[in-house]
Amino acid sequence: MDLNYTPAQQAFRAQVRAWMRENVPGELPDYDTWEGFEAHRAWERKLGDSGWGMVTWPEALGGRGCDLIEWLIFEEEYYAAGAPLRLNQNGIFLLGPTLMEFGTDAQKARFLPRMARCDDMWAQAWSEPGAGSDMAAIRTTAYRDGNHYVINGQKTWSTRARWADWIFGLFRTEQGSQRHHGLSYLLVPLDLPGITVRPIRQLNGLAGFAEIFFDEVRVPVDNRLGDEGEGWAVAMATAGFERGLMLRSPARYQATARRLAALYHAHPDAARRDPALRDRVAAALAATEAYALSTYRTVSQLQAGGRIGPEASTSKIFWSELDLALHEAALAILGKEAELDTPEARRWMEGFMFAQAGPIYAGSNEIQRNIIAERMLGLPR
Amino acid sequence: MDFTYTQDQKSFRDAVRAAFMVEATPDVVREGWEHASGVAPALEALIAEQGLTALSVPEVFGGLGLSDTDWALLTQEFGYYAVPDALLTTSYPAACLIRELPDAANRQQAWLPALSEGRLSVAVGHPLSPLVGDADSADLLLLWHEDEVHAVWRADVDITPVASVDPSRRLCRVSWNPSSASRVADAGAGRELWQRLADRMALAIAGEQLGLTQRVLDLAIDYTAQRKQFGKPIGSFQAVKHLLADVAVKGEFAKPVFNRAAYALEHGHPNAGAYVSHARLACGDAAWLAARNGIQVHGAIGYTWECDLQIFMKRIWALESAWGDAAYHKARVADWVLADGAAGPGVTFA
Repeated sequence: MDLNYTPAQQAFRAQVRAWMRENVPGELPDYDTWEGFEAHRAWERKLGDSGWGMVTWPEALGGRGCDLIEWLIFEEEYYAAGAPLRLNQNGIFLLGPTLMEFGTDAQKARFLPRMARCDDMWAQAWSEPGAGSDMAAIRTTAYRDGNHYVINGQKTWSTRARWADWIFGLFRTEQGSQRHHGLSYLLVPLDLPGITVRPIRQLNGLAGFAEIFFDEVRVPVDNRLGDEGEGWAVAMATAGFERGLMLRSPARYQATARRLAALYHAHPDAARRDPALRDRVAAALAATEAYALSTYRTVSQLQAGGRIGPEASTSKIFWSELDLALHEAALAILGKEAELDTPEARRWMEGFMFAQAGPIYAGSNEIQRNIIAERMLGLPR
Repeated sequence: MDFTYTQDQKSFRDAVRAAFMVEATPDVVREGWEHASGVAPALEALIAEQGLTALSVPEVFGGLGLSDTDWALLTQEFGYYAVPDALLTTSYPAACLIRELPDAANRQQAWLPALSEGRLSVAVGHPLSPLVGDADSADLLLLWHEDEVHAVWRADVDITPVASVDPSRRLCRVSWNPSSASRVADAGAGRELWQRLADRMALAIAGEQLGLTQRVLDLAIDYTAQRKQFGKPIGSFQAVKHLLADVAVKGEFAKPVFNRAAYALEHGHPNAGAYVSHARLACGDAAWLAARNGIQVHGAIGYTWECDLQIFMKRIWALESAWGDAAYHKARVADWVLADGAAGPGVTFA
């Protein structure tokens, strides 16, 4: 055990900090608006052009060849600088690592550099009207026609699909197959004929996700990631990155924790009136640290040759509940002001609303508990 | 930056685990309840045989000179097998306290080789845990008096046992008269020695709590996989699965907190005390939930004397407030996380 950064890691931190100080823009409009989308895309392009789009990828693919500890350091400095949320997060954090693991060299070269600059904006397409928690109930088909798959069906809850150029998801390529058999992982450009994207307004009023309809959409076979019929295994790798490591780096919650601590100190009357508040805030801040420590531990294990397993599900439960705890504590401090449209309260309320989604997306927490019980603890199915 | 344990540390843990698996069975723990010391004699001998009594003793006194991260995997095994605390206190926190005594070469020469060989047992008394564990079976007592460290032999103190809910624990009220002859460190040196001792005791308990969490989880998994109702193992029901998954989540997230605390204590990090308290709260919460949900999934059998679950639940309940109750540990954590600049990205290993 050695819980110190090397001089090289400290130098890397200083380098990221200096660049962020020079380049981080002021607050941008919400990325679920056209204006906000364009502003965030411009920021992503700037990051990508400077080699900061996704630091863990090789330089030849638009990255910086960093290891995962450096990635955590990058994330810390990114959030410490108050930089914008990552517009293309589902691409760089979920599809990106999956491409690194399962993609052909040609696919990596084709997709990753463009993803790092957000030339291609990516959305996920897993859920269907009849396949939410039960993802193996996917019915959208992709039958083979020569060098193409032809897609018919519907996907839904596709985050930022309204603005996306591409989607990645699972499609039933083997006719009549059941459950997780016969599925393939396909990458689909959204500008193909036969695709209709219909925005869905979220709890905050903005069209943050969309449903996607496919009518005889022809996708080249080259757009398949992994083998035909083996899509489930590829998707599980994506889910592991989503739940266990990359989608929610601890720095994001640490930034919220820092704001919560400041809010607590700015409202001494709140703590006087509710003696439990100090305990609640301290517990949320300590849990944030626990999440950071746990992520460093996961990364240590990966660097020592381990893999992300079913314990990724414990992580997903932890970060989603942590986000709720942080925001609930803030609303308790704000008290009567919490519901109001003041700049401070609005930001916390918006974060609180988004925190409601955490225990639902990326596989509901009830599904995660089943996975933990069956695959980590070995309880009978 | 590396959170993993070395192969040596893991191998030693495996050896201790293999020995406890055979020698520290629930029957042996129960046998200890019938002895005045709370410990079956065979188990006492095993600790020395395994080299555990030598672990914290410096090499010049015949030991191995190891420290907190080396103990971190082992305390979890003590918890997992509910090995009585007496055996851990002597080998780890008490041995460290003796080795850290300033200007005490003669005493160290007299005590540490004997401790290392399993011939000297030591109990420790401090205001955080005013009842002294295992004072009635210890040879030597190290006692707090106004931040001074005093060393007294058992024959020189009055001991009144106080029963604990956990029949393995032997808590004692100790009456004694401090004197300049019994003082082995003055208050100036003692303050820091006692703080480290208390942190080490708390860290050892946190490790035990992690081990206890895993043990109760394992018992619950075994039981719910074989117990059938409605024609199926009850472990196949989501309501039961989720109770145990919740324990697993708390346990997983307590581990890195515990690892960090051990590392900080070993390296004298200025925040070590707060990190230890964080570990105590995280590991204690996990253990407490394990006990609660553990008995729930056992149903009525879990409420019997016969069921071994009681051994581990009662240890969990007893340790909850030992060497710092929740108020103490929460206050230390709050003082740390609410301090200026303590929360935010990049602060974790600053």
